[in-house]
Amino acid sequence: MKNKILIAVLAGSLSNHVFAMGEDDPIVTRLMIDQFEKRYMDDEKPVVFEGDISIGKDLNKFKLKFDIEQVDGETHERELQALYSRAVHPYWDFQVGVRQDQKTDPKREWLVLGFEGVAPYWFEMDTALFINEDDQVNLRVNAEYEWMITQKWVLSPEIEANFYSKNDQVEGIGSGLSDSQIGLRLRYEIKREFAPYIGINWTKKYGDTADYAEADGEDTSDTHFVAGIRAWF
Amino acid sequence: MSKIIYPGMEPVSVSRRRFVQGLVAGGAMMGLGLRANASPDEISKMFGGLETLRGDRFDLTYSPTRVNFTGKERIATAINGGVPAPLLRWKEGDTVTLNVTNNLAEDTSIHWHGLILPSNQDGVPGISDGFKGIKPGETFTYSFPVKQSGTYWYHSHSGFQEQTGAYGAIIVDPIEPPPYKYDRDYVVMLSDWSDEDPNDIYHKLKKLSHYYNFRERTVGETMQEIKEQGWDGFWANRGMWNEMRMSDRDISDVTGYTYTFLTNGKTPAEGWTGLFRKGEKILLRFINSSAMTFFDVRIPGLKMTVVATDGQYIEPVSVDEFRIGVAETYDVLVEPSAEQAYSIFSQAIDRSGFTRGTLTPHPSMTAEVPEMDAAPVLTHGDMGMDMSMMDHGSMAQDMGAMKDAKGSAKKLPEMKCGGNMNMSPPKRSAKKLPEMSCGGNMKMDSRKNMTAAEMGSGKAGYGSSHKVIHADTEYGPHIDMRADAPQYRLDDPGVGLRNNGRRVLTYADLRNLNKTPDPREPGREIDLHLTGNMSRYMWSMNGIKFADAEPLHLKYGERVRINLVNDTMMNHPIHLHGMWSDLETGDAEYIPRKHTVVVQPGAKISYLVTADAMGGWAYHCHLLYHMLGMFRKVVVS
Repeated sequence: MKNKILIAVLAGSLSNHVFAMGEDDPIVTRLMIDQFEKRYMDDEKPVVFEGDISIGKDLNKFKLKFDIEQVDGETHERELQALYSRAVHPYWDFQVGVRQDQKTDPKREWLVLGFEGVAPYWFEMDTALFINEDDQVNLRVNAEYEWMITQKWVLSPEIEANFYSKNDQVEGIGSGLSDSQIGLRLRYEIKREFAPYIGINWTKKYGDTADYAEADGEDTSDTHFVAGIRAWF
Repeated sequence: MSKIIYPGMEPVSVSRRRFVQGLVAGGAMMGLGLRANASPDEISKMFGGLETLRGDRFDLTYSPTRVNFTGKERIATAINGGVPAPLLRWKEGDTVTLNVTNNLAEDTSIHWHGLILPSNQDGVPGISDGFKGIKPGETFTYSFPVKQSGTYWYHSHSGFQEQTGAYGAIIVDPIEPPPYKYDRDYVVMLSDWSDEDPNDIYHKLKKLSHYYNFRERTVGETMQEIKEQGWDGFWANRGMWNEMRMSDRDISDVTGYTYTFLTNGKTPAEGWTGLFRKGEKILLRFINSSAMTFFDVRIPGLKMTVVATDGQYIEPVSVDEFRIGVAETYDVLVEPSAEQAYSIFSQAIDRSGFTRGTLTPHPSMTAEVPEMDAAPVLTHGDMGMDMSMMDHGSMAQDMGAMKDAKGSAKKLPEMKCGGNMNMSPPKRSAKKLPEMSCGGNMKMDSRKNMTAAEMGSGKAGYGSSHKVIHADTEYGPHIDMRADAPQYRLDDPGVGLRNNGRRVLTYADLRNLNKTPDPREPGREIDLHLTGNMSRYMWSMNGIKFADAEPLHLKYGERVRINLVNDTMMNHPIHLHGMWSDLETGDAEYIPRKHTVVVQPGAKISYLVTADAMGGWAYHCHLLYHMLGMFRKVVVS
């Protein structure tokens, strides 16, 4: 339902100018698979599929972000965000929409307010506030950097942190800084659109989140070696 | 073929190079001698040169045509079956009639680039009076009097057809003999071919604007700079780029990664050949019919005397090298006095590839092909920054960066010029400091010295005295840069050509051979800023793209000054249809006329226009993937 509203908003903003030479601002569709990787640690080998599809014009787009994690063919985590993305700055897009965590019980829906873009010194940022019906507020900050080792070898560190406004024992979430993820991936761009990579990914839980995890007998920190493919078209 | 060096770039695989350099047709020209009485036409035909059509009636037919420049067969938008299209040779004073038939599956058109003619003959669908393009299966008849002479060209003004081969040369032979003598003339038509569908190129640029740039800054280079400059110097130099999120390696949007650069339709592997006899004077008519590529042209071993640009005579100027923007033309005289072959070497501005031809007394004699220069790196000055804001340290860094870019600083022992504007105090007029402008003006005549100091005075010929103001429409997500202190940089040969030890043509060298045709002072001024957002790949003028812009209105008969300010980091070749752009280079008496004016990154430039042609006209950046947005309709009424 909310998605339909978003699409309607989007369609309204995409006025269609026709011009003799051609359309300067065509509708561009891009599927970006940022991470399609297997993570290696002990016996668990989760597969992560993360990226987005964007459809739209220069300044206004519809964006579907996905983050799916499977272990042994079973989906552990599936988070989808359906967003209207509007350029508000040369390098920043404001995004509003909904997020659904499909593997929680019950499914949890969040309002999304975020900014995605490039910060000075070339940090690729994706920050969002998520608010659910229980007035839980989740702030997520993601920053990524790309070091060109050569024109084809790219070393990319990435950091992500989640903050929550209050404890949620059912979900095992504690208030404040809850968890972080630091990754370092080295990819080789066979072509721009296709790059296999290897790397490491380190996750850590903090505070009450860590306590809840410990109580459930889970680790509070994991280190994975990863191997995967980055692709877009 | 000589070895090619790609600084700052990992070695390119052999197959890659073969791909972009194209195929060799085979030893077709081996063993062919030059008959004593062979006409240039015969010779050019013998060596696969341009097919030439003469007279005053022409039939031109667009058809999808198989071509193979890279080893892969592709369909070109060819006119009369060739890429380039036939060379049309007209006579000044004739009325030419051209029947253009469209056998394509889409609309098409022909625009006669640089020709002064009625609006309804200009061939821009939806802009030219009453012209809606040529539908598939239809024939459109153009007919107009030819009122000028010189080197011009023609191309499709529909979609991206120019990228796929819809371009050809025009020579108009003058009624009065030209003010110079030559024994033979050749068209040298430069272009860029891609096996990719231009729509795909455009979409790729929209998705990832640096898709084709394989000269990005690497970690190793950064380390090297820190080592050389120290942390302080490094931060002073890099800070602006990093804060602006811009790349100083951003020279061309579309590069040799996808382009095979052509000379008269010949790949670099093949090479175009023009024959001469020792002691002859040869007129080379250079035309840049590329979609996106600027070329730096030289003929090692030969001085070139530039005698015309955009079809119009200029006071001859002798150079080693010139940069030709997309859609510009330069006529140069060469006089090979030795019985040897010479390479006509045209390297892409970003050094991602080159195209070449050979001038030779005998087809069996070949010339060495020079190595490409180092890839250029943009400086703070190219961003239109006020250099007085920079401390000495960062200026030194600019020099350092340039030295790096040259790769071979040993060749250039004296850096005293420091890349013209980099070392220059701000707010100077272009030529107040002749000793600083070594790039183009080693030998400046007195007239130039005397007049140039007045640049920016506001008088006709000397550019505007107005303060540069950025319109409100230049602020927003669609604009990533505004030049702080854009300068007239007429004597700046441009990024990659500064201090290269060669005499490089600059706009400051251009003087009309004849008196300024319209000596009036401009009645008013129009400021247009060339704007865009590189990373979003959006282009506009004054921050407003064509689709949202009102036409520019000119009053019939008025003399108006147009001030262009380049608020981007790319060169833009700006083409006004139907009327001349009288380029203000610092001499009111002899203002040169052009149809396409290159505005350097972060610079400004001014020209005068006499609105002597009624109707609707196109006015735009001639880079194919910029022009959809960076475009205006001009209405003269």
